[in-house]
This record gives sequence, structure tokens and C-alpha cells, in this order.
Amino acid sequence: MLRDEDRIFTNLYGFQDWRLEGARKRGDWDNTKAILDKGPDAIVDEIKASGLRGRGGAGFPTGLKWSFMPKESDGKPTYLVVNADEGEPGTCKDREMMRHDPHKLVEGCLIAGFAMRASAAYIYIRGEFFIEANNLEAAVQEAYDAGLIGPNACGSGYSFDVFVHRGAGAYICGEETALIESLEGKKGQPRLKPPFPAGVGVWGRPTTVNNVESIAVSPTIMRRGASWFAGLGRENNTGTKVFSISGHVENPCNVEEEMSIPLKELIEKHAGGVRGGWDNLLAIIPGGSSVRMLPKSICDTVLMDFDSLSAEKSGLGTAAVIVMDKSTDLIRAIARLSQFYAHESCGQCTPCREGTGWMWRIMERLATGEADVAEIDMLLEVSTQIEGHTICALGDAAAWPIQGLMRHFRPMVEERIMQRKNKQPAAA
Amino acid sequence: MPTLTIDGQEITVEANTTVLQAAEELGIEIPRFCYHDRLSIAGNCRMCLVEMERAPKPVASCAMPVGEGMVIHTNSPVAEKARKGAMEFLLINHPLDCPICDQGGECDLQDQAVAYGKGDSRFTEHKLSVKDKYLGPLIATSMTRCITCTRCVRFATEIAGVEEIGATFRGEETEIGTYVEEALTSELSGNLADVCPVGALTHRAYAYSSRPWELIKTESVDVHDAVGSNIRIDCRGAEIMRILPRLHEGINEEWLSDRSRYASDGLALQRLDQPYVRVDGKLTPASWETAFAAIKTKLDGLGDDAGGRIAAIAGDMADVEAMLALKELFTALGSTNLDCRQDGAKIEGRHRGGYIFNSSIAGIEDADALLLVGCNPRTEATLVNARIRKRWSAGGFPVGVIGGVDGPGTDLTYKYDYLGAGPATLAEVADGSNAFAKVLADAERPMIIVGSGALARDDGAAVLDLARKAAESTGMIAAEWNGFNVLQRAASRVGGLDLGFLPGEGGRDVAGIVAGAGKGEIDLLWLLGADEIDMATLGKAFVVYQGHHGDAGAHRADVILPGAAYTEKDATWVNTEGRVQHGRRAAYPPGDAREDWTILRAFSAVMGQPLAYDNLAQLRDHMVEVVPGLGVIDEVGPGEMGSFGMPGDLGADGFESPINDYYMANAICRASAVMAECSRLYTGAGGTGEATGTDG
Repeated sequence: MLRDEDRIFTNLYGFQDWRLEGARKRGDWDNTKAILDKGPDAIVDEIKASGLRGRGGAGFPTGLKWSFMPKESDGKPTYLVVNADEGEPGTCKDREMMRHDPHKLVEGCLIAGFAMRASAAYIYIRGEFFIEANNLEAAVQEAYDAGLIGPNACGSGYSFDVFVHRGAGAYICGEETALIESLEGKKGQPRLKPPFPAGVGVWGRPTTVNNVESIAVSPTIMRRGASWFAGLGRENNTGTKVFSISGHVENPCNVEEEMSIPLKELIEKHAGGVRGGWDNLLAIIPGGSSVRMLPKSICDTVLMDFDSLSAEKSGLGTAAVIVMDKSTDLIRAIARLSQFYAHESCGQCTPCREGTGWMWRIMERLATGEADVAEIDMLLEVSTQIEGHTICALGDAAAWPIQGLMRHFRPMVEERIMQRKNKQPAAA
Repeated sequence: MPTLTIDGQEITVEANTTVLQAAEELGIEIPRFCYHDRLSIAGNCRMCLVEMERAPKPVASCAMPVGEGMVIHTNSPVAEKARKGAMEFLLINHPLDCPICDQGGECDLQDQAVAYGKGDSRFTEHKLSVKDKYLGPLIATSMTRCITCTRCVRFATEIAGVEEIGATFRGEETEIGTYVEEALTSELSGNLADVCPVGALTHRAYAYSSRPWELIKTESVDVHDAVGSNIRIDCRGAEIMRILPRLHEGINEEWLSDRSRYASDGLALQRLDQPYVRVDGKLTPASWETAFAAIKTKLDGLGDDAGGRIAAIAGDMADVEAMLALKELFTALGSTNLDCRQDGAKIEGRHRGGYIFNSSIAGIEDADALLLVGCNPRTEATLVNARIRKRWSAGGFPVGVIGGVDGPGTDLTYKYDYLGAGPATLAEVADGSNAFAKVLADAERPMIIVGSGALARDDGAAVLDLARKAAESTGMIAAEWNGFNVLQRAASRVGGLDLGFLPGEGGRDVAGIVAGAGKGEIDLLWLLGADEIDMATLGKAFVVYQGHHGDAGAHRADVILPGAAYTEKDATWVNTEGRVQHGRRAAYPPGDAREDWTILRAFSAVMGQPLAYDNLAQLRDHMVEVVPGLGVIDEVGPGEMGSFGMPGDLGADGFESPINDYYMANAICRASAVMAECSRLYTGAGGTGEATGTDG
């Protein structure tokens, strides 16, 4: 269990002042100039050494990502974009960070932006996050007023701007290239990769897109050292992580914990356990709606980190733990997720545009049992026709929940179909 | 130059090539819907997915740049599964209405469904349907068939330069349309139906009329403007069903302007299909013999000095063969009163560099600064305008405009500096006092385009002279680059000037002929398809109208000799670049109408002075003897500059574009119902545009 002194987000619950004064008391903006004085390459190396992996879902090594940015300027701007479009169902970690600890993010923007030699940071915040955006904007203004960002940020001689941009509520705009499109004022549709944003990003300039948490933890890593961060968790899955626990638990909550904490321990220690006791557990979606669910048997022992969850064909994703006890109609629940993905598909590429709606309609029928058993295999095949064939990962995200359901609970689905069949009067 | 392996074959290609293009070079076809050579890459249809070794997922070959050592499989199980999957998804919400779909038989989706589809459907839900959209009078929509490939969106945005189509909503509710349900404001809208790979966008005028396999296809050239777009004429029997663009990289690429495409219904309406003779003030059907006899009688009555009392004007769509025959007929009759400059342009035929588009249309792409003088290329030569836009879109192409447009607000589909309205501004550029002169002088390959309207004014010769001076003072005319261009708008003009269909020794020009007719000094006027002169001022002159449409000239005529439209004759035209091209007969002229040179040949025999050719081959041989350049087919190059233009007093008026109504620019358009509808809609001609109960 994470010791209090190892916590990064010490005001996650908003018990203290979120403004600059309060943030300074918690150590933020403490001699940031000294960090910048180490130089961009040293910062990137430190982040690489810390083993920090992207907190937005894919888990790409953050330091490595920063190192893709051009080292030599061609005289034109490059950008850091912070993805604060937190829309993954079940996830609410970035929101709390921005509402209660916005200076961590603003300071992180400066350090990360400096490390990748960016000219400015854009924080693309989900439009629905009203108070969060207000607080963030206020924090940015405070930082400007205190000379922490802007021209000669923190007295380092480096000029850096931070802009807050509010989104308009499309899930797909959390995909990094769709976010870039949206930031440019266009319809939020993912771009083809390659070229990757590090080569061609916002307004055609090299850009790095990072999750809020990845950026917000970087100042603390720089202060306490890569070895401290790397000492938490397991190898390749280091550091602390904010988990969002929701669903059928006694105390749904956000909590910062050490990476690789056992799932069962996480739920029992921080969320008051599963409603009706651990044995009442049916399944858990461990990383936001996009990853495959796990049945109780796996939940008993699995560790909450990138590698152990992907070994179970699931994923850490955004670390949003969705707990479902035995009262849950899993098929109904997954059908609802399918509807979500059909609704949020941007409609650009064929498999996702056509396939997500098809899968949703089949799921709706499976939820009532109004289907044929053979359709389960068809559904799985359709899901693999989408998975890996789309421009962005939304197609994968739509396919995985269904695949997770069928992988672990197929008999339940078949049983429902048979039940309905048996209730029907025999054909004349 | 990276080397990669595709299906076991190695190939080395340019670094910025895509996998799909590399495969094409090897002759390996990868199916695709959204990819189009001339549009930006969307990568959204996912039909072109191929397997790339060491990649976790199949990659979109249309968007993937080649890399050294890449190994691609286009027919592996992974690629095949991806393709079959995409095909199935495309078809689940696509209606099964191929039997009534106009795209049937030439539909990418249909063809690829046969080649890559499953053959049966597993989809048992309800198909989604989409309400049809309104895109204007030219494009019919059936949006349920749309596969959202966004080719039309990209065409409109990138090529046509009108950001009026887009995708609204998202997911399976995505719809392609204008959202505001208003007609597209583009003269290139017909190409939308061409780029559409399915039957969502089709040609409204062609709707439900025929099947592609019923059509006889004839490759020809267009004469609605002086661009000389290459076209394919599709006929069923004698009826022209539609006109499509044909690839020519130097001219129209693969696009066609709406007038060239959709005025074809006018070829079946208002046609002159037999000779007429005016008897007691009324045009009466007659035989060829009677018609010829009536002209002969008139000519014989003129006595010995007949040559000075007769004249001929060639219209804007006349072919070179007919003009040559007419010129030689009139020469035989002793007349030098000839003119092919119906609009009165002050262009002489001596030096080709002074009347052609020296840089060539494709050459626009090599230029790096442009000055437009007194022309609106969007309406005068739509595809030249598209080429200018293409060059402008590539960046680093300042455009200056002097007159020819209504003002700085006129949308030419690219940004430009409006320098001024008239010759005074051009003079400023010529003497270097205008800031744009420096832009031109600093450019490596600057060009000027002088509109035909600017040369048809009283001060036309002085404008031409001044334009040349501006070109020379800004370094446009060099050994390797000739940036001096005249943009003609009449298909016949360059050919006519090449032939010297111009006033000879002591001859009258158009203005002189018309004035002479009014004053009774010209007794017989032969109009070869000339409709754009003021017929009311011709006085008592005996007018022979040789042409194909019952337009202004035919109404004034005393004798009508029915000729052939451009789709009905094997003939030669020279486009504004000076490019000689052959059009081919797709259908026979209606009724008693004949190919124009044969009419003139027959009449010359009636006059007892037969022209020296009895068939087209002989005529062409003779034509090449007279003007050797006419034997060089489909080649361009700058013309000989010599001296042209004439310093003189410049008018104070601004330049105006000669085309008021793009859709009504010639006799064929004026006979076309489709063009009439466009004209009503786009220019508000004929009142408010509101149809009344008796309308149509």
C-alpha cells in the first residue's frame, strides 16, 4: 500500500486550497527553475529512467514519446498538447486533479514543454468539465501573474505559453489525432498515422499529446528522482497511479495507489469492498469501458498494472475499475456500452461506422435472448472484422467489451437465448 | 529510393510513393473506394488494407508511405479478411437497388462486391436509410447508397474550391451534404458524380435514360470554350446520352466543366435540320438545290465587283476545315471581307505569340506569380481556373487581378490581390509603379493572362501592347519561359487566326462588315455559325446562315444552310494554347444537315468554282499545306512573339468579362433546358427565379 509520503496528488480530494498559495504549500512550483536548469535532455532522461508510462490508456513510455520531438528548431513553433478530454466511461481521475490540483498540471506543462522544446501547451479539456476548466484557467492565470509561465518562465529565460481549450463533448476527441483536428477547429475525426503527431501535429507542426496524469506527475518525479518513482510498483509498471473505482462497491472513489497493487486489495482497502462481500462479485472491467472484463476468478489474484492485465487479455487502460456484482445483467451492461460506442463512432472509416451499430443491435437482441446461438460466433467474427482494421482505436474499444463478455460468460448468453426459445410456443 | 517487396516482387520507387502506388507499378491491383489520384488521401474506406510484415495490424496501403525493406502481402489471409470485412460493412447498409441505379454497370462497389464480396449477407437488422440531399440542378442524389468515402467532399474543397459539401453527424448517422440544402456554386459540379464510386451522386440529366453497355463511346474534344477539353461522347443510336471527360494531363486532367458536359441536351433541340429560304419575309423549308440557287441568284445579281459587296464571319464554334473552305470560297469570289473575331477583338494573326496561351495550361503549375488582366477564368475557361487553383493551393503563388471580375469580392476559388479595374492599373504594372510589379519581377516564372474581353474593346490593340510591355518589364518573356498568355474563349479563334480568316487586302473587319451591311455597302453576309453579332443592325443585307442551331443568326437569315454540331463531324479545332486537336463524329447531323465543309464544297460547285478537295483527307492535306502547324496534332509550345499590339490611347473604363452568364454562352447552351435551369438558378435570369404556373 502506498505510503502517504509517496503520494503525488496530495489534494486529490480537495480538502485544501487549490490555488497557487495552497499548491505552493504542497511543494508545487518549488524552485522549478532548478529543474529547468538541468536542460531538456536531462529531464527526458530522468523521465525515461523513472519508467513512467502514459496514463491515458495505451501505456506508451512517456520519456520516449518526448524524445521524438525535434531537437533542433527550424524556427517555427512546436507544441505540447494535454489531453484533458476525459470521456472514458468509468474514468474520473483527471477531473479531480484539474479541479483540486490544477497547478500540478500547469507546472507539468512547463517542465514537459521545456523538455520537448515546445513553444506552447494546449490543454484540451472536456467541455462538460465546467468547474474544472474554470479552476484550470484560474490556475494558468495565477501562474502567468506570478511569472511562472509566459515570457521568461520561472526566471529560466525560456518562454512558454499555456492555453486552455474547451471541447464540445465528443468522446472521439479524446483520441489524440481527433483532438488535434478539433483543436484546429475542425470536426473531430482521427487522422491517419503515419504521419505521427511528433512529425505533423497541431497546425502541421510537431506535437506531443499526453494525458493529464502523465504530465501532472512529472514535476514530482523531477523533484524526488527517477529512482524513487521507479522503486514503486513492479518493473516496467512503475510509480503511482490514480484509480477510479465505481460500480457495486461500498465507497466508490478515486485513490492514488502504488502501481501493481492487487485488484482485490485495491477494492477492499479503498472502496470498502464489493457490495455484499467479495463473493458477491460477478465481474470487473479493470481499465475503463474499453477493455475486456474479468470474471471473479481472475479478479481474485490479478495485479493492477499494464503487463499483468494484458496477460489476462484485458488492460489497465485508464485504471477505471468498474465493479459489477451478481445483481448485474452483464449482457445488458455490455449492450449499453455497445450503444455508447455506436453513438460515439465518428463515422469516418467503414468498419467502425457500420460495424459498431451492427454489434449494438445484435447485443440488444442477445440481452433479451431474441437471437440465435449461431449469432454469437457471428458477432465475435464481426468484432474481429472491426478490431485492428480502423483508423483509430475506437473500433478496438468497441470490440473488446463484447469479446470479454463472450470469453468469460458465453454460457450465460447462450442460456438466455435458450430460455427465450423454450418459453416460445412450439411451432405448429 | 527505397526498395520494398510486394507479393514476392521487389520494386524500387520514389521515396514519397505509397504502397498502393508501388503495387500499381508492379501491376498489382489493390481495391479501393476512397482513394483517388487527384484528391488528398482519406484512408477511410479501409478497402485497401494489406498485410505488412512486422506491423501489428493490416495497414491502409493508400496512405502508407513506402519504406526500405518493407514486405507487403496484398493477398494473404490477413489482407483478405480485412478486405472481405470492409466489403461486408460497406454493403450492410447499402440498398440492393442496382437494377434501378444509374451507376449500375460502372459502379466500383458493384464490381468489387463481385470480386471481393461474400456473395451472401449475414446482416439481418434493418438497413439504415438517408434522406436525399439537394446539390443543385445538375447532380441527382440517392444518399442511401452513399458509402461516405468523402471523395465528393474532397473534390469540392480541393479541386473546385467551394467548401460547400461536408459530412454532418457522426457514426452510422453520418450524412454527406451541404447541410443548408442549397445548390453548389461551382462550374465543376458534374465531376462530383464522376468521382462518386457508387450511385449516390449521379448526373440528373442522364437519370434513368440508359445503361453504360448500350452506349457507343466516341473520343472527341469540347468546343464550349477555348480550353479544348478532351471528352467522350456516349451515344445510343443517333442520340447523345451524355458527355464525359477524357483524361488529358495537359488540358483538363480528368475534369470537365458543367457547360461542356450538360449542355448536350441542347444538341437535340432547336436544330436546323433542313435548308430554309425566306420567301415573302417568311422562312420556308427548301431543298439544298433551291437554297443554293437562291444564294447564287443573289451573288450573280451583284455584278462584277461582287467581291467587295460580300462578307463572311465565322462563329465561335467553327472548325478549321469549314473556315478554310469558306475562306477559299470567298477568295474565289474575290472577297477579302472575312473575319473570325466575332467579338471584334483587336488581335492580328501575324504572330502566334500574341494570341495564344504561350505558357500552356499545364505550364501554370510551373509558374510562381500570376497577373490576370480583364478576364474571369472561372467563367471563361473553367478548367484553366481549376489549374490556377491547383497551382495556388500548392502555395507560393501570388495572384494579381486587374478588372474582368466584378470587384475584389468575386470568388475565383483562390485568393488574389485586386489591383484595379482598368488599363490605368495595367500601365502602373508596366511602368513598375504598382507594388505587384515587384512581385512579378521577383518571381522566377511570372505569367500574365490577358482575357479576350480586354482585347475586344476599342482600345484592345493598345491594351495588348501594354500587356506585352508589362510582361517584358517584369521579366515574363525569357528564353526558357514565356509567361505571356492570351486566354481565348472561342473554340474557333486560334484556328481562325492561324488560317488567317481575317480581313485581307482592303477587307473589312467585323465592325466594318456589320456597319457596311447596315449602310447597304455589303449585300451578302455569310455567317458560319456566327450568332453573337447584333443582327438588328444588318440592314437589308442578304444573310446566309450556315450553322446547326436556330439561334440569332438563323432568325435573321434569308437562307439557312443546316450544318453539323461539333459532335457530328470529324473536324479540327485549335485550343487557346495553340494545341491542334481532332474532334470525331459521334452521331450524324439530323435530317438534311451536313458537315460544314461539304456544304461549302457543294456550293462552290454551284458557283462554278469548285474547291480543290473532294474528301476530308484531301481537305486536311491541303490545310496542312496552307498552314503546316495544323498538321502537328496535340503539341504545344510558345508562339513566335514578333510584334503585336499597337500603342494608343487607353480607355478609362474598367475591363469587363465578356461572359455575363456562364450557362448561356453559346447557341447550344441557349437551346439546352438544363442550362436554362442553371441560368435561372445561378444568375437569376428571367425574374426572381420563382417558377410560375405556366413555367416550363
